Amino acid sequence: MAKEKTEKTIQASEEQKLYAKILNIGMIIGLVMVIMSFIVYMLGILPSFVPPQDIPKYWSMASKDFIHMLDAPTGWAWLSFVNKGDYLNFVGIALLAGLTILCYAAIVPILMRKKDTPYIIIAIMEVAVLVLAASGILKSGGH
Amino acid sequence: MTMGKQLTKFLLVAAVFLILFAVVGDVLASAEPSAAPQEVFEKESSIPWWAWSLILLASTFILGILAVLGGVGGGVLFVPLIGGFFPFHIDFVRGAGLIVALAGALAAGPGLLKRNLASLRLALPVALIASAAAIGGAMIGLALPAYLVNILLGSTILGIVVIMATAKKSDFPVVPKADNLSQALGIMGIYTEQSMGKDIDWKIHRTLPGLILFIVIGVMAGMFGLGAGWANVPVLNLLMGAPLKISVATSKFLLSITDTSAAWIYLNSGAVLPMIVVPSVVGIMLGSIVGVKILARTKPKAIKWLVIGLLAFAGLRALLKGLGIWT
Repeated sequence: MAKEKTEKTIQASEEQKLYAKILNIGMIIGLVMVIMSFIVYMLGILPSFVPPQDIPKYWSMASKDFIHMLDAPTGWAWLSFVNKGDYLNFVGIALLAGLTILCYAAIVPILMRKKDTPYIIIAIMEVAVLVLAASGILKSGGH
Repeated sequence: MTMGKQLTKFLLVAAVFLILFAVVGDVLASAEPSAAPQEVFEKESSIPWWAWSLILLASTFILGILAVLGGVGGGVLFVPLIGGFFPFHIDFVRGAGLIVALAGALAAGPGLLKRNLASLRLALPVALIASAAAIGGAMIGLALPAYLVNILLGSTILGIVVIMATAKKSDFPVVPKADNLSQALGIMGIYTEQSMGKDIDWKIHRTLPGLILFIVIGVMAGMFGLGAGWANVPVLNLLMGAPLKISVATSKFLLSITDTSAAWIYLNSGAVLPMIVVPSVVGIMLGSIVGVKILARTKPKAIKWLVIGLLAFAGLRALLKGLGIWT
């Protein structure tokens, strides 16, 4: 009985395994998207908001000056520029940055089934924190 | 000469090249990060744009190798070195640093979780505190002027050098009794220590002071765009009493959550440039893969001191840059 209990606890928990699975799939998709979109940007397959050859003119300025000078999008406004090679890269980056929210949301039902109240609260609060960060409400600089 | 010595020699040469790349690039880049926007707009770098991507890729590849061998995250090397010697503004470097650290953590996370080395029960409460604090850190960091960020970054990096050089680690810290909070949260576990062929039971104590320290760690991670493994591991291991392997693995996984919240603030604030982010992520990840292979054949202790030396140099550079002594 004791051995059986040990074997159970030595294994990663159900929610931990699910979290790992989603993280793994999402990470691969995100990285492939980032690399593919960067190739599209570098080869000029799509028009760019800032062409690669012009980027050195801007990369030494503060982000708020960059936004101000080019009227570049902040928050989620980049979504309306995904037809531009440079902002296409943001799709993969946003997927990588959003993956954790998905993972947390996926384990909440398991935690609820286990009636693991403290962790249900922690997971829901974490989703709220990350959604707030992702929302674009909290940003520095910009217009 | 043994293979290990040859590899150590190669890495020393690679590190020297890395510094040379960076210093030469710094001299050749005519655009000064501290210059006014219009002034910058009118200046052109003497290096073609595509060459910067290749230099960045090569530099981050070496950084990726050194980070694995030195036992540090890529972000802590990336931000001071790339920020100190490349012509990019510190805003974009910090944005890229967070995504570099995030990508590394996301890549390592699934394996660590599946093998039960990273503990979700330990990570979740800590991550909630650290990720909320990292949002505040990112907002403060982006609001500060570049010179002040460099002064604070340089001071922090030099502090990290002291921690790395002096902090002791404990494979299996003694935890006489789990505290009430960790018991209430059920933070404990068992993992197989393969080097000993033994199952190790672990529990933690001093949970509340540990969680409070993660507020500071989160703020610093967000403010400077650093992965915070250098701080996570000592707190989890020495203060809270988690075994070293559990601390290192949980810390790595933790970065995928802490850095996510800060990365969103940088992304939403327009402080992310794909031209800097993508070569850096690819370079660090390829370097990490090579680094893991080299790790088996070389003496990590020699490399650890090389990394500490590099960090000291980069920290000093950031500090002097911020103070206007070495611009």
